[in-house]
Amino acid sequence: MPILLDLFITFAKVGVMTFGGGYAMLPILQREVVENKHWATDEELTDYFAIGQCTPGVIAVNTATFVGRKQAGVLGGVFTTFGVVFPSLVIITALAGLISHFSDQPIVQNAFAGIRVCVCVLIFNSVLKLAKSSIVDKITFFIFLLVTVLGFFTDLSPVLFVLLAGFAGIVLKVWGAKK
Amino acid sequence: MIYLRLFYEFFKTGLFAVGGGLATLPFLSQIADETGWYTHSQLADMIAVSESSPGPIGVNMATYVGFTCAGIPGAVIATLGLIAPSIIIILMIAAFLERFKESKYVSSAFYGLRPASTGLIAAAGLSVAVETLMRLEVFSASKNLLSLFDWKCIVLAAILLILTRWCKPTKNLHPILFILASAVVGIVFAGV
Repeated sequence: MPILLDLFITFAKVGVMTFGGGYAMLPILQREVVENKHWATDEELTDYFAIGQCTPGVIAVNTATFVGRKQAGVLGGVFTTFGVVFPSLVIITALAGLISHFSDQPIVQNAFAGIRVCVCVLIFNSVLKLAKSSIVDKITFFIFLLVTVLGFFTDLSPVLFVLLAGFAGIVLKVWGAKK
Repeated sequence: MIYLRLFYEFFKTGLFAVGGGLATLPFLSQIADETGWYTHSQLADMIAVSESSPGPIGVNMATYVGFTCAGIPGAVIATLGLIAPSIIIILMIAAFLERFKESKYVSSAFYGLRPASTGLIAAAGLSVAVETLMRLEVFSASKNLLSLFDWKCIVLAAILLILTRWCKPTKNLHPILFILASAVVGIVFAGV
């Protein structure tokens, strides 16, 4: 299969299998993009999410653009991005046209009560996988713990965490090494 | 020219909404105020549908708003407007990173960024978990520790955890299978 078509179809698959927001996409991306296609490593996926957190736009779209560009240049970035939004276009347009109170249906609400539990478990598994590549020593473990606690208990912007953590990395690694 | 205006409004949203899908919300409510294309209660419906259908929420909302304003071409144009700034900015960042990937500054920044990114995902997961598995309101009313947890959901979570981590025949199954199975469980056990 031509690479552009492959990129489009794989990301359309990711788009269609993402239930419940951007982070729910992570377990699907790990399976399709890291484990099946080997287009990125867990480490790179963490980098893309970090950059996606502090740049404008939808994180899923940002990640798609990164992976596509790495595989097939600018055109690849465009194809993956179109791929990831394609199912939304089709599904939302169909739902908006056909069912006016889709999300009020009890069956939809009950299904999502189950899906939310599953998404929690899948995100937990994903975090463990990412931790293996991102937590490499005591300092990185401390950064992880600090951001998890502050991110959970405060309303501080993710942008702040990402910028400070990047700066801390430079201070500790580059300047710390000079001493 | 509604198409041009749609593209412009969503391009602006895509450019300034930092931090994921729900960050687009304040912009969508501003568009409602300024253009009168849809009401705030319509917007609430659109959020509900966007959250309960597949795909990134931000993209779903752009598609829905575009469709409400100007049919299928509107849906396509609003979505393209939303993603255009992302594509441009990420392509630039990716080119920059590629040029400087040997730089010790860039690699050191990522040394700090990676655990922070993982921490942010963990924090977001925790928020969803508390909302899904615990019933803080019921607990604060009854002060009974047993009522703090939604036991039905805890049992489902425990089963899923075992199936996805330790049970050899199932742990490598595709995540979507677990999601679909959980949806079925949600429907079947709704009345329990």
